[in-house]
Amino acid sequence: MSRTIIELEDIFKRFYIGTPNELEVLHGISLKVMEGEFVAIVGASGSGKSTLMNIIGALDRPTEGKYILDGVDMIAAKDAELSKIRNRKIGFVFQTYNLISKTNAIKNVEMPMLYAGIPGKQRIARAKELLELVGMEERMKHLPEELSGGQKQRVAIARAMANDPAIILADEPTGALDSTTGRMVMDLFHKLHEEEGKTIVLITHSPELAEETERIITIKDGNVLGERKGTAR
Amino acid sequence: MMMIYENIRLALFSLKANKMRALLTMLGIIIGIGSVIAIMTVGDSVTSTVADSMSSLGANNITVTLEERKDDEEASDSMFGMNWGSSQDDNAKQPTQKDYITTDMLRQMKEAFGDSITAYSITEQVGNGSIQQNAESGKANVSVMGTSLGYFLANDVQLVQGSYFSEEELENGAMVALLSEEALDDLFHGDADAAVGSTMTVSVNDKYYNLIIEGVYAKDEDETMSMYSMFMNSDATNLYIPLKTAQDINHASGYQTLTVVVDPNQNPDQLAADIESYFDNLYRNNRDFIVSATSMASMVSIMETMMSTITTAIALIGGIALVVGGIGVMNIMLVSITERTREIGTRKALGAPNSSIRLQFIIESIVICLIGGAIGIVVGCVGGIAAANYIGASAVPSVKSILISLGFSMAIGVFFGYYPANKAAKLNPIDALRYE
Repeated sequence: MSRTIIELEDIFKRFYIGTPNELEVLHGISLKVMEGEFVAIVGASGSGKSTLMNIIGALDRPTEGKYILDGVDMIAAKDAELSKIRNRKIGFVFQTYNLISKTNAIKNVEMPMLYAGIPGKQRIARAKELLELVGMEERMKHLPEELSGGQKQRVAIARAMANDPAIILADEPTGALDSTTGRMVMDLFHKLHEEEGKTIVLITHSPELAEETERIITIKDGNVLGERKGTAR
Repeated sequence: MMMIYENIRLALFSLKANKMRALLTMLGIIIGIGSVIAIMTVGDSVTSTVADSMSSLGANNITVTLEERKDDEEASDSMFGMNWGSSQDDNAKQPTQKDYITTDMLRQMKEAFGDSITAYSITEQVGNGSIQQNAESGKANVSVMGTSLGYFLANDVQLVQGSYFSEEELENGAMVALLSEEALDDLFHGDADAAVGSTMTVSVNDKYYNLIIEGVYAKDEDETMSMYSMFMNSDATNLYIPLKTAQDINHASGYQTLTVVVDPNQNPDQLAADIESYFDNLYRNNRDFIVSATSMASMVSIMETMMSTITTAIALIGGIALVVGGIGVMNIMLVSITERTREIGTRKALGAPNSSIRLQFIIESIVICLIGGAIGIVVGCVGGIAAANYIGASAVPSVKSILISLGFSMAIGVFFGYYPANKAAKLNPIDALRYE
């Protein structure tokens, strides 16, 4: 087995600390994700999986616990370092795509590279390559509002891949899509996993989608309920 | 560098997406910058026009004026030794014959100062009147003015025909006159030969005077004249008669004001001080009046200082519009940031550091202000030139004020953009991403 990419240990997350309605959402979660793995984190709404995703995605900090991402201690990292980590090591795919409006597909894909300080020519070449990979090269000059949901999600996936991140973090990526386009998006994840060897963490409430991955981690009430193997190789 | 270019592109995009809103936001900046530029342009052109025409009256001249004796702090209120607005001071004492500067005083002063004083330019207004030679000839409006010989020297009045008044005519108050070229055109169809030596009847203040035309003086392109006729809305030209003649008509003796033409080798400021102390001695027993002497050069500089103070003061009022415009920019930036909260969240998730989010919105604010400023400069220049032309002064907007305005609008962009931009930069990425 290859090396560990994500290592969470005894992660607690509490909100409204010090107030009467203090709320503990995560009660000491521990999990590991290996390099090149395709993992699903499943749980009903309110289970704490979104909070967990925010912590894995370096958008939020745990109240307690240890988190190592690709060898970096995320607890010790300052805000500016977290920005850099989100930029270089994490590729986000959101349920609502979150493409920047008024900005065409290729510019959207270029954006993480812009923040990474990659020069223009290199950016454009890489963005074209990625749009080809997701089958969107024909529409790279289109604005998000001119694209269908599935097309937007493919652009978003290309964007997530821009800086060749250590992990792709997909939060309900098919949640807003019909089953056909949802299928296409899932196929794309499989392709990235199999052909590019990407580590993918899929957060979903759908047991069928989770089944397609290599490993399924179930979260319930802020605890890891259990994990089992999926159908993927 | 790359980020700045990208951000300018983004800012232009977002302005294009909300054209109406952007324009309304810019309006405050446009009005602010426009009014400041227009006011500066008009102020500068009026100042230079007035300064030029004052200097053309003779930078070496000294104006000597009889004025009311005042306490020290009060004295500084009256600029140039003249009363601005005649009814400004109800308690103003009227000088009587005993207070006036007399011919004897001037003669003694000339002896005392010798060659430093070239001549005295003294005028005595009789009034506005008209001349009509006969039924066929046209009518000419004239302003009848008694003058000393020095007046022609001080004001550079050049004759095209005939001669100036003789010493004897001046002494005796002869009924002679110098006619303007304009009036010559109206009365004699421009025939100067026919005019000189002929007698004409001038009606002033319902009285008629027969005057022999001694000479015709050249058209004066001086700007004071054009400004004078603009303000007075009159086409009257001066009809010069000997000073003594005018005093006889007015039953006046002595003078309230006169101009001393100074030898070019003398320092006019020093001489003005000397003249003033000379008169201080003469008037030491006069409890109500003193005589002040001011050189034209110092008057010009006083006038320039005063004009620039007024211009700056009005421009500052225009600056208030700029501040209001800046607040408008800040307001719209806050709206824009609220609308784009999800975008900001997404950018943060993609790894944008706070500094680049801040930069993005500050640049957007600067772009709004700079475009507004540029439009304002165009509007201000056009408005300023138009206004200056209307009051008859030539105007060139100064490059300095344009550059300052551009710098200022950029500063407003930074100042009023910083708070919204910083607010955007400090947004929590999770909250921003989940924002509906």
